[in-house]
Amino acid sequence: MNAPETRQRLVQLAEESSGSGFRTLLYKEVLRFWKVAFQTVAAPVLSAVLYLMIFGNVLAPHVRVYGEIPYIAFIVPGLVMMSVLQNSFANSSSSLIQSKITGNLVFVLLPPISYREFFCAYVIAAVIRGLAVGVGVWLVSLLFVQIPLANALWILVFAILGGALLATLGVIAGIWAEKFDQLATFQNFLIMPLTMLAGVFYSVHSLPAFWGAVSHLNPFFFMIDGFRYGFFGVSDASPWLSLAIVLVFLAVLSVLTLRLLAKGWKLRG
Amino acid sequence: MKALDVSGAVKQYGNLRALGGVDLAVEEGEFFALLGPNGAGKTTLISALAGLVRLSEGTIRVMGHDVVDDYRNARRMVGVVPQEIVFDPFFSVREVLRIQSGYFGLRNNDAWIDELLENLDLTSKANANMRQLSGGMKRRVLVAQALVHKPPLIVLDEPTAGVDVELRQGLWAFIRSLNQRGHTILLTTHYLEEAETLCNRIAMLKAGRVVALDDTKTLLRAVDGHALRVKIEGPLPAGLPASERDGEWYVWAADSYDVLVDRLGALRAAGVKISEFEVGQPDLERVFVEVMRRAA
Repeated sequence: MNAPETRQRLVQLAEESSGSGFRTLLYKEVLRFWKVAFQTVAAPVLSAVLYLMIFGNVLAPHVRVYGEIPYIAFIVPGLVMMSVLQNSFANSSSSLIQSKITGNLVFVLLPPISYREFFCAYVIAAVIRGLAVGVGVWLVSLLFVQIPLANALWILVFAILGGALLATLGVIAGIWAEKFDQLATFQNFLIMPLTMLAGVFYSVHSLPAFWGAVSHLNPFFFMIDGFRYGFFGVSDASPWLSLAIVLVFLAVLSVLTLRLLAKGWKLRG
Repeated sequence: MKALDVSGAVKQYGNLRALGGVDLAVEEGEFFALLGPNGAGKTTLISALAGLVRLSEGTIRVMGHDVVDDYRNARRMVGVVPQEIVFDPFFSVREVLRIQSGYFGLRNNDAWIDELLENLDLTSKANANMRQLSGGMKRRVLVAQALVHKPPLIVLDEPTAGVDVELRQGLWAFIRSLNQRGHTILLTTHYLEEAETLCNRIAMLKAGRVVALDDTKTLLRAVDGHALRVKIEGPLPAGLPASERDGEWYVWAADSYDVLVDRLGALRAAGVKISEFEVGQPDLERVFVEVMRRAA
């Protein structure tokens, strides 16, 4: 048996370590994708650039977009935003499911990290990866085409909010999925179609009226359209309407995710 | 103050009652064993005190902090070595330990991390990726991760499974020194001789209930722990029936040496020629088997 004063000192030490684990969890999540940046950043940049080169050249003569804006320039913001959205989703969802399946999520669940800190760390890290890929796609696309920058603030706002929305969806998917297969279903049957049908490669004004109206039911359309407005100063929908819709979706999903985390859904049995 | 105070802990998974109303207290400074067969509820109880599982009923307090209402303080007070070998394949040993320290708000913890690496014989592997380590090394990293924040209560859920004898001894020497330095230790293990040697108090769980809880010495005395084993020439006199027969050995069990000495004296007085005899010490395995049998 040991001396009571030594035990008291240990308790005192534990009480003094009152700092938050948020910063470290965020750092760890960023480091996690950065250590494999070739796979998590460079590969998606390459994919987007291939889309740009192939669709930009093949479809250019057949698709009319905004006035004098060349088609290849038109699709760059769509591809950048698509990359931001898909990689934000991929980061939070894959990190969580990997940690769940390998069992190392326990290292995050044991420390005194609140569910809000947990949520913020995963979402911010995912947005950082989305932005890293988006910037990469934008920089590489400058080698092929000049793209105007009408309003950088709109670009930044939509990139961050859109990335956060998809990162939040990724948190839900990562916690919900018990197998990689389920996550792939989420990604391939929900995220991918909604992104591809959101006007990345076309203006919804060029669609028949019915499909144009259907596009307006897709929240991804507003993220991409608002983001594109930041480059060209023109868009299919008002950027304020797009902003409002993105904010509402983000708020609803965030509240839902926080409630699930607070309950320990699928994390704390 | 109690290091751990479990009160009316119930955990229901559908129709399965993993914990059926557990009451348990571990005093500060104890080296406490939680024993039981597979499925007894040990890991569920540990998960509940660590905040990984939420109780259906009851409360758990760690160093006076409720693990639900005051989870931040409760989790600062406890370090858990999980049963499964789990690791993050992205990081080196040192990175893992720095990250784990950071989760507890400890930014400059390298001195203690170095001490942990040294004591757990991991210094040479500090910069190796977790994937490069053997199973035993990974388990020692798990121990280090549980200790990075110097928790007053250390919970070890079968920490020596798959660890070779030499490393096991080193690990126990280190854990014992931590106990001497003030840490309370809660241990689950299937190696009962480890619990018998190390722990001053033992609780036994069966089907989610505590079926025995006492000092190790008292528990060992509770079952007929001493055994006199005798080989004789010729038949055993009818008036001196043995407790059991084990091949050529006759066995008499008793809860004290005095009874066994009397038994030996009776054999000699009856003219029995003893060719061999030995006195068995009480051991936890017998106690465990007996307690589990009685609790059936």
